[in-house]
Amino acid sequence: MSLGRTILGLLERQPSHGYDIKRAYDQRFGHDRALHYGQVYATLSRLLKNGLIEVDSVEPGEGPERKRYTITAAGITDVEQWFSSPEPPEPYLQSTLYTKVVLALLTGRPAADILDTQRGEHLRLMRELTRRKLDGDLADQLVCDHALFHLEADLRWLELTAARLDELASEIHR
Amino acid sequence: MTSQVLLKADALHKAYGPTPALAGASIEIAAGELVAVMGPSGSGKSTLLHCLAGIVRPDQGGIDYCGEELTGCGDARLSALRRSEFGFLFQFAQLVPELSCLENVALPLRLGGRRRRAAEADAAEWLERLEVADLARKRPGEISGGQAQRVGVARALVTRPRVVFADEPTGALDSLSSERVMNLFARAARDTSAAVVLVTHDVRVAAYADREVVVRDGRTRDLAAAI
Repeated sequence: MSLGRTILGLLERQPSHGYDIKRAYDQRFGHDRALHYGQVYATLSRLLKNGLIEVDSVEPGEGPERKRYTITAAGITDVEQWFSSPEPPEPYLQSTLYTKVVLALLTGRPAADILDTQRGEHLRLMRELTRRKLDGDLADQLVCDHALFHLEADLRWLELTAARLDELASEIHR
Repeated sequence: MTSQVLLKADALHKAYGPTPALAGASIEIAAGELVAVMGPSGSGKSTLLHCLAGIVRPDQGGIDYCGEELTGCGDARLSALRRSEFGFLFQFAQLVPELSCLENVALPLRLGGRRRRAAEADAAEWLERLEVADLARKRPGEISGGQAQRVGVARALVTRPRVVFADEPTGALDSLSSERVMNLFARAARDTSAAVVLVTHDVRVAAYADREVVVRDGRTRDLAAAI
């Protein structure tokens, strides 16, 4: 995910200090990983340099000065372009799992066991996300659903591959 | 498995004519756990569920329910078990169309000899729990598939069974309805400490379970043991 665009989006909503941006980000998008302050300030500095944001005001404090950032017209145009462009689908053509299955067949290892082990691990994660959904709010549910649908797609592939292992083995050894 | 084993099937074989449906399937269900039984179409998962529930008799193998060998039980004993100890949930709720939702949920209690008023009071409580209390007086033909399945869950749990057998309970529902049914079903089953044997091909539904058992070519494999 583009951190720069996300911060621009948050700043379009309202001018904010670095600390508030981090808080807003963590609250809405930091489900698995909170942002480090270093990431926030490095990104703000890049956005400043590119003219996408500017310093709105500077407040003196006990420590370093507190800068309030606001989005520029160029920043708004950049965010608009981001919203209107589709994200590239990720086809995972170089899947590690596929490589493992083929190598297992080539080296005479039980490929079905590899698929089952992976299936068990995927399901374990799905259970964990499902439990998290049950205890979470709507935002949690949507984030977990996104991950669950991706895991489900992997599991469908695992099932289909398990059903085609003999066919794949005979092609590989041809 | 640390908790007490409630239901245990050992090396089950079952064939329909020349076609083998089970070829040595084994499974253990502990009290209060939710186990998903998964596998491709025709793998034998529904036959396994029917054997465990005493609906189908296996050709070979044993099924132990709380120390009682089910394969040796007569039809009357099996019927009594299905009525009092087991609950059932199917792909389509299979409610009786002539009865109201309240009467449908009260039916297993009435068949067990409870008086109408007491049975319907319990049934009303279960409809409330499944968030469909407003459907009490409606008939199955007047409600949606998701609502019917929630009534079905209430009917499956109203007798406080020790084991609920669920065969593709969300197979006919859209994603959102399926999720609501599973949320309510999993919670209600846990609240009553009922064990659940859940046959499903949907991994998102299986993710509500405590563990999964895969059936392939009539044999079982516990995925937790595969890791």
